[in-house]
Amino acid sequence: MSLTPTPLTSAAGPTAVLRQAVLEAAASFVLALLLLGPIVGLVLDGYQIKNELQRPLLIAALVALGRFLFTLALHTPSGRFWLERFSAHRGKTAILVQSDSDRQHHGWLLLLFIAGLALPFLANKYALTVLIQAMIYVLLGLGLNIVVGLAGLLDLGYVAFYAVGAYGLALGAQYLDIGFWTALPLAALLAALFGALLGFPVLRMHGDYLAIVTLGFGEIIRLVLNNWLSLTGGPNGIAAPAPQLFGLEFSRSAREGGLPFHEYFQLAYNPLHRFIFIYLVLFLVVCLMALVVNRLRNMPVGRAWEALREDEIACRALGINHVLVKLSAFMMGAMVGGIAGVFFATYQGFINPASFNFFESALILAIVVLGGLGSTSGVILAALVLTILPEVLRAFADYRVFAFGVLMVLMMIWRPRGLIQPRRRAFDVEGL
Amino acid sequence: MPEQEPLLDIQQLDARYGAIQALRGVSLRVERGEIVTLIGANGAGKSTLLMSIFGDPRPSAGHIRYLGRDITGLPTHAIAKLGIAQAPEGRRIFPAMRVEENLLMGATPLGMQHIDTDLIKVFELFPRLKERRDQRAGTLSGGEQQMLAIGRALMSRPQLLLLDEPSLGLAPLVTQRIFAILGEIRATGTTIFLVEQNARQALKLAQRGYVLVNGAIRLSGSGEELLANPEVRQAYLGIRA
Repeated sequence: MSLTPTPLTSAAGPTAVLRQAVLEAAASFVLALLLLGPIVGLVLDGYQIKNELQRPLLIAALVALGRFLFTLALHTPSGRFWLERFSAHRGKTAILVQSDSDRQHHGWLLLLFIAGLALPFLANKYALTVLIQAMIYVLLGLGLNIVVGLAGLLDLGYVAFYAVGAYGLALGAQYLDIGFWTALPLAALLAALFGALLGFPVLRMHGDYLAIVTLGFGEIIRLVLNNWLSLTGGPNGIAAPAPQLFGLEFSRSAREGGLPFHEYFQLAYNPLHRFIFIYLVLFLVVCLMALVVNRLRNMPVGRAWEALREDEIACRALGINHVLVKLSAFMMGAMVGGIAGVFFATYQGFINPASFNFFESALILAIVVLGGLGSTSGVILAALVLTILPEVLRAFADYRVFAFGVLMVLMMIWRPRGLIQPRRRAFDVEGL
Repeated sequence: MPEQEPLLDIQQLDARYGAIQALRGVSLRVERGEIVTLIGANGAGKSTLLMSIFGDPRPSAGHIRYLGRDITGLPTHAIAKLGIAQAPEGRRIFPAMRVEENLLMGATPLGMQHIDTDLIKVFELFPRLKERRDQRAGTLSGGEQQMLAIGRALMSRPQLLLLDEPSLGLAPLVTQRIFAILGEIRATGTTIFLVEQNARQALKLAQRGYVLVNGAIRLSGSGEELLANPEVRQAYLGIRA
């Protein structure tokens, strides 16, 4: 039984719809009863099993009613519209081509940009931290999207570059006395270097093998950070400095001759200033990255990434240097991950290797897959959904993984290509 | 005397996959403006020969000269920059990319400066591709995909076009059309080296041909000569002598 009802021809009368709804409701009732009967109906009481059959019956009846209404709703005009929109069959043959008329979204983008800039001034501390986390994941999603979505290289150890960025800032501050602004480009470079380091040995690998090696790489970085006590402090972690604004610090009182931000501007001290500042810088970096990635997609490099994903042998036959293309994808992705790491470290103020485990990699990968491989706007949306939704639904925290699973199943049925299907831009060729 | 220098000159070429020797002392020439075809059965080494011209697998012995320059052992992408392009076996278009993007990928060795004029040329040669330029390449029919693979190869303005079984899996009528277009491409001055199993059509189209058996050249001659050769007739054209 599929979730989407068998499409009725528009000529089908209300009786046909009603019959279909009743049949589908009955089927769901039976299915729900079979599924729930043993789980809900048999209650363990002491050493006895009590038979509480009325409970699964009630639930199954509710499910059947829901299914009935759902089917009916799908046959109303607006229901058809939504079905059409969510149908996986849509756009399977044709592809979405972005033409000039599609580019009128600039006004909306500007509005979103301004809203994004204004948001932290309206938020309390909790909302602000959630926003910063969401932005960090947007950045991570954008970075991994280059590697997995565009170049098609399944990277399960992406968190390694995130860790390199974060530790780049923390260790740099501790041993070389560099600040946030120096660390930002340096950590990005360092992460890109690690990207190349990973890229070289895996040049000849594909699919599953690549996934395993990258997974190992991610774990190696974490384990090294965890065990190199003398350098990284191991599981005890290490402090990371807060950012400064042209030398102004965001602390209550400045250390050794520095000047706190609030004194310079003669404001009352507010611990939120630091988070607002981090958010604003992060937001601008995210916007810049989204812009860069979007432009890269329409440049030869970006097209080469996608071509490599499609067919490596064909790429080589066309004279594309696949070594350079792969390495550039790994390095670019790693660089973005490193930048996200720097922001994570400075926002947390303290990092330890536990933040960089495999589940982070999996979450970032989920963001990319959920958003639609290769789609910038999709990845941004998915990152926001997957970070903000769990916070909003804190009351149901116990069901978080369950909800995650349901979401994934629904996605597979309705949007197997992700929330937002990647668009391909049309070219203007003179004389055509 | 550069005039007499062949475009492609292969001498005593050996190639191996591990312990298996795929090519044994293959020598052949392709002159400017010709269509030369290489026919042979499955596993004779036809594709291996084509691929080793492109540097993968690297020949274990022998020489490949292109315009008098030894290109043996050059990396694949460097060879593509010299003006050799190929439409690989099985077409290998980029299915999720649009037709036009596929063509743009073909222009990689040249850069982007001639894109507009070259796209127009390819669309003139294959009007079908123009109709479908915004379509996902994976949704094209087999014949259209083959046109796309050839068009993509032409985007690098090659002097020498290598084609690996363009008739693979295509209906006879579609094959005829593709072969007719190959004649047009030759008329524009592009030399074609055609690897085929469809011996009859290939030999009719080509000026000269070679027959590859077990990794070695067994026969060579003009297209008509080979078509009339009893051995070829029996083995590749299915006609009992």
